[in-house]
Amino acid sequence: MNETLTRPAAMGSLIGKRIPKMDAPEKASGKTRYVHDIDLPGQLHAAILRSARVHALIKRIDATAARALPGVHCVLTAADVPDQRPIGVAKDHLPLKRDRVRSERDEIAAVAADSEAIALAALKLIEVEYEDLPVVADAEAALAPGAPLVHPPIAGAAAGASVGLAGKADNIAMRFDYSHGDVIQGEAESDVVVEDVFELHYVTHCCLGVSGVIAEFDAKGNLLLYSNTQVPFLHKREFAEILGMDPARIRIIQPPIGGGFGSKLDIYPFEVICVFLARATGRPVKLVYSREEEFLASPTRQPVRLTLRSGCKRDGTLTFRRVHTLHDNGAYTSWGATTPFVMMQTFSSLYRVPACDYHTVAVYSNNPYAGSFRGYGNLQATFAVEAHMDKMAEMLGIDPLEFRLKNAQVAGEVTGQGMVFRSCGFQDCLRTAAERSDFQRKHREYAAQRKAPGALKRGVGIASMLHVGGGAKIYPSDGCGTILKLDDFGHVTLITGASEIGQGSETVLSQLVCEELGLPMSAVTVVNNDTDITPWDVGVHASRTTFIAGNSAIGAARKAKTKILGAAAQKFDCTADLLDLRGGRIVRAATGESLTDLARFLRGLHFSDRAELVMTSFYYEPPSVHQDKSFKGDVSAAYAWASQVVEVEVDTDTGAVRVIRVTAAHDVGRVLNRLGIEGQIEGGIVMGQGYALTEHLMVEGGRIRNPNFRDYKLITAPEIPEMDIAFIESMDGEGPQGAKGVGEAPAICMAAATAGAIYNATGVRITGLPFTPERVYRALHGELPPLRPTPRIPG
Amino acid sequence: MKHEIGFTLNGVQRRATVDARMSALEMLRDVIGLTGTKYGCGEGECGACTIIVDGASVNSCLLFALDCDGREVTTVEGLAGDARAQALHKAFVARGAVQCGFCTPGMMIQATHLLATHPHPDADAAKRAIEGNLCRCTGYQKIVEAIVEAGETLQSGDAT
Repeated sequence: MNETLTRPAAMGSLIGKRIPKMDAPEKASGKTRYVHDIDLPGQLHAAILRSARVHALIKRIDATAARALPGVHCVLTAADVPDQRPIGVAKDHLPLKRDRVRSERDEIAAVAADSEAIALAALKLIEVEYEDLPVVADAEAALAPGAPLVHPPIAGAAAGASVGLAGKADNIAMRFDYSHGDVIQGEAESDVVVEDVFELHYVTHCCLGVSGVIAEFDAKGNLLLYSNTQVPFLHKREFAEILGMDPARIRIIQPPIGGGFGSKLDIYPFEVICVFLARATGRPVKLVYSREEEFLASPTRQPVRLTLRSGCKRDGTLTFRRVHTLHDNGAYTSWGATTPFVMMQTFSSLYRVPACDYHTVAVYSNNPYAGSFRGYGNLQATFAVEAHMDKMAEMLGIDPLEFRLKNAQVAGEVTGQGMVFRSCGFQDCLRTAAERSDFQRKHREYAAQRKAPGALKRGVGIASMLHVGGGAKIYPSDGCGTILKLDDFGHVTLITGASEIGQGSETVLSQLVCEELGLPMSAVTVVNNDTDITPWDVGVHASRTTFIAGNSAIGAARKAKTKILGAAAQKFDCTADLLDLRGGRIVRAATGESLTDLARFLRGLHFSDRAELVMTSFYYEPPSVHQDKSFKGDVSAAYAWASQVVEVEVDTDTGAVRVIRVTAAHDVGRVLNRLGIEGQIEGGIVMGQGYALTEHLMVEGGRIRNPNFRDYKLITAPEIPEMDIAFIESMDGEGPQGAKGVGEAPAICMAAATAGAIYNATGVRITGLPFTPERVYRALHGELPPLRPTPRIPG
Repeated sequence: MKHEIGFTLNGVQRRATVDARMSALEMLRDVIGLTGTKYGCGEGECGACTIIVDGASVNSCLLFALDCDGREVTTVEGLAGDARAQALHKAFVARGAVQCGFCTPGMMIQATHLLATHPHPDADAAKRAIEGNLCRCTGYQKIVEAIVEAGETLQSGDAT
């Protein structure tokens, strides 16, 4: 007990420190078991037969030869699962297709066999006879009068049945209409009005770990899934609906996953099919994609055609914005179809704009269906908004930074959409990113050097973003539960609903708990991957985990602390507020004098007459609101801001664009784990760089032309820019230790800022992505075909 | 057509019965049961399956299992006793070079191979060394920092 005189700050605060990820040692040793690495006794391997056609009637399926192949346990087609129910947010998607296929990825049959090789061999023995239908390969074509219907009405369907069972009389999947203020008046008051069409392309997640699942039923009919899902509790409920099961009989275990980025928010046919196979065979069944299958049959980012009309007054005050967008939904509707929720926030509220009209129509086509992807529509919206901020500033002769500062949101603002900006570091982000990159000087000088000799031109561009940073009340609840257990040895088990998907949530949650309980990181074990154990959580999306699960973890830790100090106050004959927990000890708050070791005290409580264990639980529900039908309401408990400056070098001889430097300033509320947050931002910047420059999922006539890493070009290490990252700590009042969400933010600005930088370098503004050498070269020579105007679709 | 081959795997001599068409990756994962080596693409484009064979770093998905016969093979599981790999492991953890971790075994192998041939790489050399290893999470920056730091640590002798 010589440590009695331990200094009060012996351990110091963990907040803002560089805390290594708790799972990093396992992962760097190759010991982490992903779903691909798990094999259950008696397990069968599954494979899926996908459509050979883009749009066709299925006239006949003959699986006789496949069923006869030795080692094959089961072949399923839609006919074998007559009770299957549609999946997806619009319930328009039967996992096994009945009489028609609507896209290249459509599932026709599935095999469970002793090995993957046998399963794949069996697929080749399945005969399918098709009758081709005209392909709807373009969102605009899907709206043309007389266009083939992707989900034609099904005769005899029950009244009120979902699209998947009843079909639909048109190709319109979803509409979103939003407005605030008077855009007519806004336009009349404008001195400058600009209008452009923007076209955003298909890209896909490219998680390094391919999709996979294992399904197993026990003898009592309970279903166990080893799943990569980001939303285990929503998944459980939807699975129950699809399978007609009691949700209480479904358990989801989440092994560590090889990347998520939003791709695992939906239930996909392969997961349901794997369950069908497990049910039919009575054996555990594992299904893992090949990389080609991952490209063909996992979601994409929303391809968007967008017309934006913006205006401002001579002094630079924004007056109005009118937006209409056309989204290619693909053949089915994923959660990602709701990206307009996020897009409209950027149009309505990133900058102060008194009037905004926003209309989106998402249409069915025979293309791959798009899903949710980090940034969730915000990359597309920001690309358009920031192009107009540049354009209007130039027309008015105002410096692009000054123009943005004039219109940037500030704390206290309530936007036309009803978002309330309690903490807002937007202007600080703008100033910081501009100062650290010397943006204003470079912007002037590079523009002046456009005509100078030499093929290599430099340019800088700036873009900013607003994104939810305190959860997003998309569902009636946006909460997360925590259970905290302290054992006889002072060890904490943190049981959280929040899923770890590589982003570092278990580390930051542990850090927050340790901060409350005065413990080192080594004192915590996290349990976060089993729905039979963990309390409810909406899931990993909307950059919400640090904020929501963090507040939940803090709540549970504070309850534990209150309990411990209450008991200690009795023992040490003082009031609890005079005590504190520091360095694994109970100390006097004022002096830091150690009174007892925490583990010893916990044992004392346990084995005393009180016979008490310290176990607490807490459920945090953020003070945000579910938006009303006109999409108004304060949907998040906090909002995140960022500005990024991109400096490029354009080779005007080849069209090659090199990103040299990115200066990023992010209002993150407060830095919790500096190592983790830098990693999120660096990773997001490079993902955004790929979106801007190299990545392009080429879809032609409904077929994906480049389903491999050779032809789908991810950014590699030698191509990364120098990254300078600054944090604006606006100390959000509701955030855990002041923090706000950050996961999606860093990817959002890159394409927009890169477009501005290319314009600054060359004087050519390109409003479609990606900025591949060929497209940039053509644009520089005036040979890029003009974008077709976005059709307006009357409601 | 099955064949029996013999090779040294992570310092231990062993035999395996493999199909003629089987890749070294499939052998390691499915026959031998070492799952640290990852399948990312199966066609040599992502580097998640990188192993060291007779001192060269190779994509195990492109190598026939049969071609391991008589050779010395090192996977991520075999790095534990290697001083360079230990320095890298420490740096990868401390520098935040790991997020989802799926590319990490391939990165660890590639970086170990780099340090064996170029003991003190600068950032550019580290970037070139891992240009065949894709990472979707980190943006590579912290991986590069970790590799450079491990080289510096080994140079200063701190690793021992």
